[in-house]
Amino acid sequence: MLFALLALALIALVLAAPLIVNAIERRRATRPARRRGEGGLEQLSLYDPGRERRAEQRARELLRSCVNEEEWSMYRDLGFIRVAGRHARRESDKQSGPAYAYLVYPHKPIVAYVPASGQLLSEYCVEFPDLTGAGRQRLPASDDVLAKWMALTSDEDRVIRRANLHLVGRQHDPARVRRDLWRLAEWERRRGSRPEIQQKSR
Amino acid sequence: MKPGHGEVLLAEGDPRVEEDEERLIEEFRRQLDEGMWAAVPTTHPGSGRREAQLVKDFADIPTEAERVIFFPRASGG
Repeated sequence: MLFALLALALIALVLAAPLIVNAIERRRATRPARRRGEGGLEQLSLYDPGRERRAEQRARELLRSCVNEEEWSMYRDLGFIRVAGRHARRESDKQSGPAYAYLVYPHKPIVAYVPASGQLLSEYCVEFPDLTGAGRQRLPASDDVLAKWMALTSDEDRVIRRANLHLVGRQHDPARVRRDLWRLAEWERRRGSRPEIQQKSR
Repeated sequence: MKPGHGEVLLAEGDPRVEEDEERLIEEFRRQLDEGMWAAVPTTHPGSGRREAQLVKDFADIPTEAERVIFFPRASGG
């Protein structure tokens, strides 16, 4: 008797198998679409269009409170900050100003150059990744500049060691960087202040 | 500094007050454990030039420092 029932159950299962397979496939086909829809709605409800703007505004205030007046004005007017290099080739270089300097751009590599000649030396690709685990968000632009400024002025060697070194031209357009150096020289001339770093004005 | 948010106040207090100091030390260690770098903006006494000082221990923070800024550690981009 038991054997007959098991045989009947097996036959019923075999007959119903195509129907079950079809049902599973239909379910699989509809599930990703539903998930995409739910995710989109969730993202829409969480997205705050003013958040990035407010974050950048706070970042600008923080940057302004940390750097000096000249550096802040430079960033506000030109979009980058110049940081003097700490190392000197000769003792005499220490009196005549830094042998090299950096241009710090938001979300772009740091550019090293020779202020006396305007020669571009290299690009240092460095970033400050999100450590919270999400890994998709980045610092506001002004925070990125401040992080680079703090890293360079506190421990230049460490940040340079961690950066990826390239010749200028990988991410920066050399012509544009040269133009930025010219803009910087003009900016300093207009301000009428004695530049902290003697710069070739072209 | 928090990616996507900018500046976030983590803790504040007077390090001369024992209770505040404990809280500040705890937050300081937590941030470093999470892999952040800590820096104190300073002014060079001679030239007046602004710069930052990286600190790895709470005791290294200059007594006159008003704030410590934590930021993600640098890596090759």
